[in-house]
Amino acid sequence: MSAANRVWQKKGWLIAGGFFAFGFALIPLYNIACEHVLGIKLEQGAVDADAAAAMTVDESRLVTVQFVANTKSTLPWAFSAEKVSMQVHPGQLSEAWFDATNTSARDIVGNAVPSVAPNSASLYFNKTECFCFTEQMLKAGETKRMPVRFIVDPRLPKDISTLTLAYTFLENDIATKKLAESNQAAAPAS
Amino acid sequence: MATHAAGHHADHHDDHDHKPQGFMNRWVFTTNHKDIGTLYLVFAFIMFCIGGAMSGVIRAELMTPGLQFVEPYFFNQMTTLHALVMIFGGVMPAFVGLGNWMIPLQIGAPDMALPRMNNWSFWIMPFAFTVLLLTLFLPGGAPAGGWTLYPPLSLQGGSSVAFAIFAIHMMGISSIMGAINIIATILNMRAPGMTLHKMPLFVWTWLITAFLLIAVMPVLAGAITMLLTDKFFGTSFFNAAGGGDPVMFQHIFWFFGHPEVYIMILPAFGVVSEIIPTFARKPLFGYQAMVYATASIAFLSFIVWAHHMFTVGMPLGGELFFMYATMLIAVPTGVKVFNWVSTMWKGSMTFETPMLWAVGFVILFTIGGFSGLMLAIVPADFQYHDTYFVVAHFHYVLVTGALFSIIAAVYFWWPKWTGKMYSEKWGKFHFWWTIVFVNLLFFPQHFLGLAGMPRRIPDYNVAFADWNLISSLGAFGMLLTPIFMFLILWHSKKHGATATAQVWEGAHGLEWTVPSPAPHHTFTEPPVIRAQDLAHGDPTH
Repeated sequence: MSAANRVWQKKGWLIAGGFFAFGFALIPLYNIACEHVLGIKLEQGAVDADAAAAMTVDESRLVTVQFVANTKSTLPWAFSAEKVSMQVHPGQLSEAWFDATNTSARDIVGNAVPSVAPNSASLYFNKTECFCFTEQMLKAGETKRMPVRFIVDPRLPKDISTLTLAYTFLENDIATKKLAESNQAAAPAS
Repeated sequence: MATHAAGHHADHHDDHDHKPQGFMNRWVFTTNHKDIGTLYLVFAFIMFCIGGAMSGVIRAELMTPGLQFVEPYFFNQMTTLHALVMIFGGVMPAFVGLGNWMIPLQIGAPDMALPRMNNWSFWIMPFAFTVLLLTLFLPGGAPAGGWTLYPPLSLQGGSSVAFAIFAIHMMGISSIMGAINIIATILNMRAPGMTLHKMPLFVWTWLITAFLLIAVMPVLAGAITMLLTDKFFGTSFFNAAGGGDPVMFQHIFWFFGHPEVYIMILPAFGVVSEIIPTFARKPLFGYQAMVYATASIAFLSFIVWAHHMFTVGMPLGGELFFMYATMLIAVPTGVKVFNWVSTMWKGSMTFETPMLWAVGFVILFTIGGFSGLMLAIVPADFQYHDTYFVVAHFHYVLVTGALFSIIAAVYFWWPKWTGKMYSEKWGKFHFWWTIVFVNLLFFPQHFLGLAGMPRRIPDYNVAFADWNLISSLGAFGMLLTPIFMFLILWHSKKHGATATAQVWEGAHGLEWTVPSPAPHHTFTEPPVIRAQDLAHGDPTH
């Protein structure tokens, strides 16, 4: 009897341990589900310039691209899009500008997280250059003008006529801390 | 009359019960399933009182618009702790306590399979909740981001984050150990002749619940571990600035969270499936259907989690999948409600206190089920999401569902545990008082939610004032019910009439073949099972 109980105890802990690991595995699993089942593009890197050049411009169609600029409430930056929206032909390389000002008295590193709505359009929205690809550092009081260059894929489904590109700037706590430390280290030397 | 074998045990144990002497040996070092069951139930009762007191603070503040009694930040701590205490400290330990007491008695086992682990899994709990409740006295206060711990809000607390996560880890370990013990007991320790398809429904529902527990509690442990490393060790699982995704937490949390709600209701189904046949004096209608319905609910619980987060911006295909999968759960649940009603149909019913609570469960839990169906409808949920309608829904399934069944179970098995009857008059008073005030408390919250009152707020538009006042009056009535129950049971323990072994005229099942009160050790030799002793001897019913 008690040997069989011990076997069940072992099995129980194995199942529990397996599900603990499964909890962590859910992160890559959700990403796979997003990209391959639901058709949402999560990879936000730049598209290949050649692939972008190979797209033919669809002069017959105009798509409205709207721009939204947000900051997390704890980040003391003023961040806005220069134009609220623009009209582009699918396949045409376009450019939009964003402005960010650090309104605080300290140097801050921020990261912009992009999002495309509706999410079914995210597969067809390609960026060749974006300030969101890298960390952005703004010194106290500094203002920066930042470009996004993008191409809307001509294969964009016909029922989508408006896209929204939203950016949210968040403070990169770790990089900001490192920056403050290196500033401090540099200060006594000067 | 008891079976020959059970009668033999009674004679043997009436003379020398072998109870350990002294408080430490009897309670702290105990490995006896009955004593550990009692400890769990007492612990759960204390936690229900603490969680209830917190809801008293919440409803007092919400009685009228404006800020009266507490700061908004403290209000948020109350809603967060109320949920954690009630779920992990009240409902779950109460069911583990009932399982500890009744599963060995119902399957003819001498004790739980792993008695020392059983002791451990109980004694972790008081420490876990001491740690959790001590956060109230920390600088910065207790966790205040809601029991769902969504980042980034939940990570903005002070040191309470680490305390709460450590406490939840301990609760999780306790639940996993309790579940492993129950699985090993049910699969290994059944008396000869107690086949799986003759087991009482309470044992069946606990077996399925235990599998849910060992599958999802570790997922919660993983999710809160990620929160911990995000806050203290610089990882970015859910930190958007570092490339993580806060919505990911909601997916992982609700992968645990939805099975969790069935962990809290499946044993309740089991309790009600034992009580209704007893007082309808008929075998349970559709025993096998009940077992398979329970199993289907458990399976479906794993594929519906995203209905808690319809508004995060999921693709349409995802929303439709989770909507239809959720609605599918209504089918096995409907089977269960149908079977309870059919068991009562043309039965010789009497309405002793446990039966009143069980019938109350069937009616009011069904209301909670229907509001759940309304919430499952994606376009409607966009309106209902995070309103008081949700609060009304889950309190109908958890208070008039899970809690009603726990109270029903205590009145049902109390004479078996103590050998004393309680006062039917006051038991019925407890029930009717609760029925009035619980509906005053929660039913108006449906209207508030439909009118747009958001949940988790300490102040609100004056348009919501009237129903909030009524709801608060209901809450104050409900705050008296633990006192009633304590007095009724205390009086019964001291002055109650002596209970017979069978206790209830229509009671069947192995637990009724041992004397009342159940001796400290039962079924040390496996009982000889006769068909008429079993609650569900003929599974073709």
